[in-house]
Amino acid sequence: MDKLMLLGDEAIAHAGMDAGMSGIYAYPGTPSTEIMEYVQNSHRAAKENIFCQWSANEKTAMEAALGMSYTGKRSMVCMKHVGLNVAADPFMNAAITGVNGGFLIVVADDPSMHSSQNEQDSRYYGKFAMIPVLEPLNQQEAYDMVFYGFELSERYRLPVMLRITTRLAHSRSAVVPSKKIMQKQVALPADPVQFVLLPAIARRRYRGLIEMQPDLAAESESSGWNTFTDGSDKSVGYIACGLAHNYLIEAYRGKQLSNPVLRIGQYPLPEKLVEKLTAGCEKVIVLEEGYPLVEELLRGLPAVKNISGRIDGTLPRDGELNPDIVSRVLGLSANEGPPVPDVVKNRPPSFCSGCGHIDMFNALLEAIEGYGPGRVFSDIGCYTLGALPPFNAINSCVDMGASVTMAKGAADGGLHPAVSVIGDSTFTHSGMTGLLDAVNDGSPITVLIGDNSTTGMTGGQKSSATGRIEDICAGLGVEPGHIKTINPLKKHHQENVEIISRELEYKGVSVVIARRECIQVAMRRKKEEKTKN
Amino acid sequence: MQTDIIIAGVGGQGILSIAACIGMAALKSDLHLKQSEVHGMSQRGGAVQSNMRISDKEIVSDLIPLGAARLILSVEPMEGLRYLPWLAADGWLVSNTTPVKNISDYPDTDEIISEIRSLGNHVIIDADSIAKGAGSPRSSNMVMLGAASPYIGIEYLLLEEAVRDIFKRKGKDVVDVNIEALRAGRNYK
Ligand code: SF4
Repeated sequence: MDKLMLLGDEAIAHAGMDAGMSGIYAYPGTPSTEIMEYVQNSHRAAKENIFCQWSANEKTAMEAALGMSYTGKRSMVCMKHVGLNVAADPFMNAAITGVNGGFLIVVADDPSMHSSQNEQDSRYYGKFAMIPVLEPLNQQEAYDMVFYGFELSERYRLPVMLRITTRLAHSRSAVVPSKKIMQKQVALPADPVQFVLLPAIARRRYRGLIEMQPDLAAESESSGWNTFTDGSDKSVGYIACGLAHNYLIEAYRGKQLSNPVLRIGQYPLPEKLVEKLTAGCEKVIVLEEGYPLVEELLRGLPAVKNISGRIDGTLPRDGELNPDIVSRVLGLSANEGPPVPDVVKNRPPSFCSGCGHIDMFNALLEAIEGYGPGRVFSDIGCYTLGALPPFNAINSCVDMGASVTMAKGAADGGLHPAVSVIGDSTFTHSGMTGLLDAVNDGSPITVLIGDNSTTGMTGGQKSSATGRIEDICAGLGVEPGHIKTINPLKKHHQENVEIISRELEYKGVSVVIARRECIQVAMRRKKEEKTKN
Repeated sequence: MQTDIIIAGVGGQGILSIAACIGMAALKSDLHLKQSEVHGMSQRGGAVQSNMRISDKEIVSDLIPLGAARLILSVEPMEGLRYLPWLAADGWLVSNTTPVKNISDYPDTDEIISEIRSLGNHVIIDADSIAKGAGSPRSSNMVMLGAASPYIGIEYLLLEEAVRDIFKRKGKDVVDVNIEALRAGRNYK
């Protein structure tokens, strides 16, 4: 078959379609976004009736995908690492219910926080839920692991996690597609109470999950993704997980690697293979991207001595790996080029020129000026750039939805005014429930919704709230008289300042919707309309 | 043969189109390829770069080691300097002269240019003016690709073919303009 040039994300999406997936569910989040987009942009999805719409958040995506698996069909759910926190409730329980049709949970971690608030390592979640985790080292493996993951999932009737990191997600390479599997027919689960987690049933299911663990471990021992290569130099043995294996090989480029190496691509950790490596080696260095999961596990094994990795500082504790970090660990020197000259200045990201958020912040800053600093709680989206100069307009950015609830807590604590800045997509992701809390308690907050009619930061995906924000707010109980809409444009500045000022003074829940389409999306839309006509 | 290239610039300058053209040409030459892109937040006018690795052997790492890049192709003058630690001792810096001044402390352009000139192997080209001259201000990225083409290790005509393929969907006019820009860069002396 023909070679395709695919991003890691795209390889997963392509494989999903080739492997007979009937639906894919996701909420956009860098670096996972392109998985869903690839399916949406392929003509196949429509032709083959593959469901591929964005969900309101990762939890609803996880649950919907589990529902599709319930029908016996193969389903995929994709998110970034922090999205798994949002979906943690159904995620943990899906390991207990088990699945019916193959169920693949794809999580893209972001070590080095290229576009995230933390570095958390999803392999811990996989271990926490006691399900198998797969970790590819290139685009072809990402493709092949989707097939394997669906099969493994169906064999054990368990969800399987496919964990990737930013570098693989957003790197392009050749992929050779293998085969095409038909979608499955509806076939309800054989056990009628499998998905009913009442305590008595859940206990039985949980025991079953525990009993399965030795089998999952045996799968890892014999898995083709976990390979042991012996070597004559036993002074050091390497355990390399995912992309770390690439950096190890790269570091030795042109030189002979004569140490034993265990490559890990499937978890639970294959203990027998680990023993095989450690038995003969004086010392073991663990190379893994993310947290020191394997290193920690090894330190717990009595037979294994002399473990190094991220915990003891042999590798940096944070950040993504690269060939140079690994080279240094191996005692190989890097041929560093000339230093960066002093004239080079940092160039942080900023709002696109003409973005409505600029005018929104300018109006807010003027309206809130007299109250003193420290009153604006923000959320996650393009508007988070309001934290940077020249705006310095926000005081918090914690997780999706936290702007509303933190403002509420601050207001409950007596801060006035307490302002939440949130985008339309984030509002439906997890701002609505917090707003309901504020309404129920009459907490005096002002919620400024930057409504750009899209999910701007990840590149303009559909936002579930478009055109309905006023109705949603009113439905949640916000006084209609305190739901205001402004047009964030320079020429309306004075008027906007006045509206915001009035709502800041109001001692109840008020919502100001700053509505102007994201200019990136608007430009794309106009271009498309032009080509259509 | 192995060519490691860093393509540097600012979000929105068409770096990914350059990468796509080189990638397509590499594919036509039956070479292995890895190309790492920047997505997400950094694209909003921030510094962006793409690591591009082309080889006749299998490539394992998506990232280029320090001191290994044969070419830094920079569509903005300051951005190329940012990646100098990756440049091989005998590598080339091919840079555009037109700055993107979207930060308040953007340094003096002459100072940047003289830093570039102090490097052994460099090409400095005013790609924006050349693109304008070729009737398409937006294809200065293709002028840059043309100027860098002698250092990529791929036959030039394959790059032209790749540009044709990549822009085909956008119609013949767009293809022609981009080919012309590519040639103007290639023939720049
Ligand atoms: S992508 Fe849209 S919302 Fe984000 S900064 Fe640009 S114009 Fe504003």
